[in-house]
Amino acid sequence: MAGQEQQRPTRRDDEPADDAAPAAPPAGGAAQSTDADVDAILDEIDDVLESNAEEFVKGFVQKGGQ
Amino acid sequence: MTARRVMGIETEYGVSAPGDPAANAMLMSSQVVNAYAAPLGSRAGRARWDYEDEAPLRDARGWEISRDSAHASQLTDAPEDPGLANVILTNGARLYVDHAHPEYSSPEVMSPRDVVLWDKAGERVMLEAVRRIAANPGLGDVNLYKNNTDNKGASYGTHENYLMRRSTPFADVVKYLTPFFVTRQVFTGAGRVGRGQDGTGTGFQISQRADFFEVEVGLETTLKRPIINTRDEPHASADKYRRLHVIIGDANLCEPATLLKLGTTNLVLAMIEDAAFTRDLSIERPVGTLHDISHDPTLKQQVTLRDGRSMTALELQWLFFEQVSAYVSDRYGDDADEATVEVMHRWESVLSRLGEDPMLCARELDWVAKLRLLEGFRNREGLNWDAHRLQAIDLQYADVRPEKGLYHRLASRGQVERVVTDEEITEAVHEPPHDTRAYFRGRCLARYGEHVAAASWDSVIFDIPGRGALQRVPTLDPSRGTKEHVESLLQRCETAADLVDALAAE
Repeated sequence: MAGQEQQRPTRRDDEPADDAAPAAPPAGGAAQSTDADVDAILDEIDDVLESNAEEFVKGFVQKGGQ
Repeated sequence: MTARRVMGIETEYGVSAPGDPAANAMLMSSQVVNAYAAPLGSRAGRARWDYEDEAPLRDARGWEISRDSAHASQLTDAPEDPGLANVILTNGARLYVDHAHPEYSSPEVMSPRDVVLWDKAGERVMLEAVRRIAANPGLGDVNLYKNNTDNKGASYGTHENYLMRRSTPFADVVKYLTPFFVTRQVFTGAGRVGRGQDGTGTGFQISQRADFFEVEVGLETTLKRPIINTRDEPHASADKYRRLHVIIGDANLCEPATLLKLGTTNLVLAMIEDAAFTRDLSIERPVGTLHDISHDPTLKQQVTLRDGRSMTALELQWLFFEQVSAYVSDRYGDDADEATVEVMHRWESVLSRLGEDPMLCARELDWVAKLRLLEGFRNREGLNWDAHRLQAIDLQYADVRPEKGLYHRLASRGQVERVVTDEEITEAVHEPPHDTRAYFRGRCLARYGEHVAAASWDSVIFDIPGRGALQRVPTLDPSRGTKEHVESLLQRCETAADLVDALAAE
């Protein structure tokens, strides 16, 4: 997969992702598939999110780091 | 050499015990490292770190600060508790407790793609540690997050390291890298719900780290964080090399973002080393501008240059891109190496699409992928930016567990672009890179681990049975000790004693 993507020519003034079908959907279809993709994830997000979001967020306390 | 260079990336992971915000972070971090190391069994799981060549107080601007005036957190060569967990892995990485976080420092690699691979191997190591803790009924659960802030004032780092020619004037590094670092967040940002160091400001911003930077240049990494860090600790021949220690980056989960982060920085460094920049792109108020750019995900924020011009971060990145592009074609033409060509293509493509509509980069850049999820959830639930569930999404994006981590959920649905394969990552958890001294270090651990007493980036120390003194093998040149260089030697030497004798005879 990576090998194909490396070869993708992209120009600044072009429709940027037109020729990148396997990796990035064409610009026109991106918005559509974006919505569908996001919807699919959002459908399951409540199962994934920690049950008490407030407690989880407040309880995520870190000591400093570099 | 362009995009190929000795480099690496180190990440401190956020650590928490579910339901116990007061849990001891240092203890949990030790549990993480020990949980991973314990099954390694042999001495491999116990080899200590060799601090002999560390010099955290040496400043690249030409001086060294005294130990008395240093903050305790800067004395990384004399850890407060020498018993703190520390392991050297067979892939050449270091897994240890740094301050209050478990940290994975990747082995030295030569290409941006290999940075991605061994950085991802680190995520697997952390996942494995979390799984082992969860499987042990005697221990409470510990969760790990590949992010950079808790939104309550604490930040922890993701540091890049690049070996550079010592002869390069450090003033040039500061001059050209500062505007580059201030603006590269448009593709390196991991995305953050919250503004300000304590996260009390409302809204989404591009970078996790931006708000924690307070000065332009300095030696510190934990206080007064500088855009350009001056730590001068090369872990290599100091007369030939300096190691540029970069503390401004976000921890990325999206593979193309990591590839771009290291790849573009590398090319800019190559131009600085060759004194090839002709245009001064210095900006006014770099620290404030860094924050301002991060706070505007529409990418419209204007940046004022010292020469009076005004432009967006994207436009400034295009100026870097154009200069690097001209440099690469002038110096290398069609002979540019594959890594360089790949980075240039991606850089151009991402800048183009960010200019058209940032959402077009949702498959490649963390801040966009995260923002897309957040906006979708916000619209669906009718939430304001201060909603706890949005902050929970921000945190859980970075959870290392595939069943919980939202990045991993996107990946398992094929909604993010990959640079490396799962099979390659599985191999990189154990296998060192072949083209740096990490190969020698990793293989010594794998083959003679029982007799490795300690190691560091630039040494492996053997404890040979029957010999009184420890035998220290220096590995000061990162380009030696490669597979090509030492594979047959290691195959020939059955034991650590054989190896030490063979090296002494050379």
